[in-house]
Amino acid sequence: MNKLIKIAARNLLRYQRRTFLTTLLITIGVVAMLLFVSTSGSFKAMMVGQITDSMIGHFQIHKKGYVSSIDSLPLTMNMSPKMFEKAQAFISERDDIEAWSPRIKLGAMFSNFSQTTNIRLNGVDPEKEIATCPELPKRIIAGKKEGLIEKGKILIPELIAKGLKIKPGDSIVLVATNKDGSVNGINFIVQGILEGISGPGGRDGYMHIEDARELLRMEDNEISEIAVRLKKPSSLKKTLGDLSASMGALKNQKGKPAFEIHGWNKLSPFSNIAKMIDLMTLFINIMLVSIVLISVMNVMIMAVYERIREIGTIAAMGTQPSAILKLFISEGLLLGILGAFIGSVLSVIIIVVLQQAEITFSFGRQTGLVLYPVIGIKDILLASSMVIVVAVLASVQPAWKASKMDPIDALRHV
Amino acid sequence: MGLVVAENVVKTYCMGDVEVNAIKGVSFEIEPASFVSFVGPSGSGKSTLLNMIGCLDHPSSGKLTVAGTDISSLNRQSSASFRGDNIGFIFQDFNLIPVLTIEENVEYPLLMVQDWPVSKRKARVRELLEAVGITEQANKYPHQLSGGQKQRVAIARALVTHAKLILADEPTANLDHDTAYRIIELMKKMRDEYGSTFIFSTHDPKIMDAAEIIYTLEDGKLNQQQGGDSHE
Repeated sequence: MNKLIKIAARNLLRYQRRTFLTTLLITIGVVAMLLFVSTSGSFKAMMVGQITDSMIGHFQIHKKGYVSSIDSLPLTMNMSPKMFEKAQAFISERDDIEAWSPRIKLGAMFSNFSQTTNIRLNGVDPEKEIATCPELPKRIIAGKKEGLIEKGKILIPELIAKGLKIKPGDSIVLVATNKDGSVNGINFIVQGILEGISGPGGRDGYMHIEDARELLRMEDNEISEIAVRLKKPSSLKKTLGDLSASMGALKNQKGKPAFEIHGWNKLSPFSNIAKMIDLMTLFINIMLVSIVLISVMNVMIMAVYERIREIGTIAAMGTQPSAILKLFISEGLLLGILGAFIGSVLSVIIIVVLQQAEITFSFGRQTGLVLYPVIGIKDILLASSMVIVVAVLASVQPAWKASKMDPIDALRHV
Repeated sequence: MGLVVAENVVKTYCMGDVEVNAIKGVSFEIEPASFVSFVGPSGSGKSTLLNMIGCLDHPSSGKLTVAGTDISSLNRQSSASFRGDNIGFIFQDFNLIPVLTIEENVEYPLLMVQDWPVSKRKARVRELLEAVGITEQANKYPHQLSGGQKQRVAIARALVTHAKLILADEPTANLDHDTAYRIIELMKKMRDEYGSTFIFSTHDPKIMDAAEIIYTLEDGKLNQQQGGDSHE
């Protein structure tokens, strides 16, 4: 095989300009693909991380039917204390769950005594919430971050703080309608202001779960949802499958499943953007395959055409058709390897430069997001092997043609 | 038994609806270590006959035996193997591989066709380069050589596999007369040294005189005459 590779390399060097241009084309394709994969992948990972680590958790458990009416934050759809206990029992026995946080979700009227607006709130146990959403305190852009939230205090979203000109330490009043329809109001101190992030819940406020119970006059330990953090996000599918099977067996009085479990991707519209990114990556891959296929096939067709007499000569000398086939395929293989190698090295250099440059961008209402492209060895290997395989496939037809050439016709070719 | 035995060999081509009889039932026998020339005007069938003897083409009918093998029925792979083991070719345009050095060109059949071990291969290549007098050009590329030098390389390449039969189609057509004569002399010397049979085609009367046996082809038919330079 070495001898074939050696001769193939010499043949490529024979047409230096053509080899250079073809390699350049493949290199550009590989660089474009890897840069797209690294930037879009990093953006996706950052956004997903933000959503799961500071808002949703990896998955959530609700009473059946809650999610479909989540916009109205129905208190009547909360889990009863008995259901909560059962849900706790299920998640406590799993080793793959790192933390979980019970939440009471509510809508309230928010007033600074001169202006009033609506606010969506999460009543949380601060310790459990931090364990489940460790990035949440980082969203506090003003006020005390430690401990997340104290009793009698509230974290309000940036938009409300700006709109109502509220700063940490200000006193506000929350008025909420209870499950039985009565209204209750309590004064709170603004502990901090939360940066808004994209997606539902990204502009919710936070309060202590006991304050939420007091505001809603809840006597029982009922909750709206349980947010769960996994030890390994990659195990989401398996965990959801297992829990759905085990918790799904619990039926309500109507004989229907008592719980519903949703992964972050079912709860956040960003999953659609993530799907779009994956689709775009697929198109970029198709473009890369096309570039490699057309350029390598073109160069190999030319190579065969220009070397017809040479093919006739080596065939006359007794070279087997299979060896001629391998010779031309080796040339395509080398083009693919060369383009993939240069493209990969160049991509890594550009990605390192982009990391150092710390380019910022905006997404939705979020500004100053730092573009930090990261490329894994898996992506490089995938792109490289794809290019190499396509380069080989592109040379098969011209190589096949060369190997099937009649030596007499080839020797007569002018 | 002769090295090449043709019995009533016919070659017919179809050109559209018309059948062209390129070779019309020729029979001959060529002994090992002969120095034979096929002569005749263009279109007389010289190249067709050489192609069939060289196992590049098959007779339409008749029997053609080379080195004891009936080559009429060999398939593509077997033909290639047979050529690699038994036949060397010398071309009018030299047909050296431009990306390989002179040494590598001579080495090519041993490397790609017969797969010799490296030490044996190198020794054989050196021997042949020395025999044809181009040792000093070993590391040059074909484009750096004159026509005569290229043909010497082609002779070395044809002989390197211990081929029993060397076929040369108009080997001197692209050379000046003096060089052409030296190449024919070299071919004869190689025949004497290595015992291979040389069959070449030409229409140059001075070159054909160097052959020991001359076959004249005219309109696909063969006549034999003793050459101007008999081996015996």
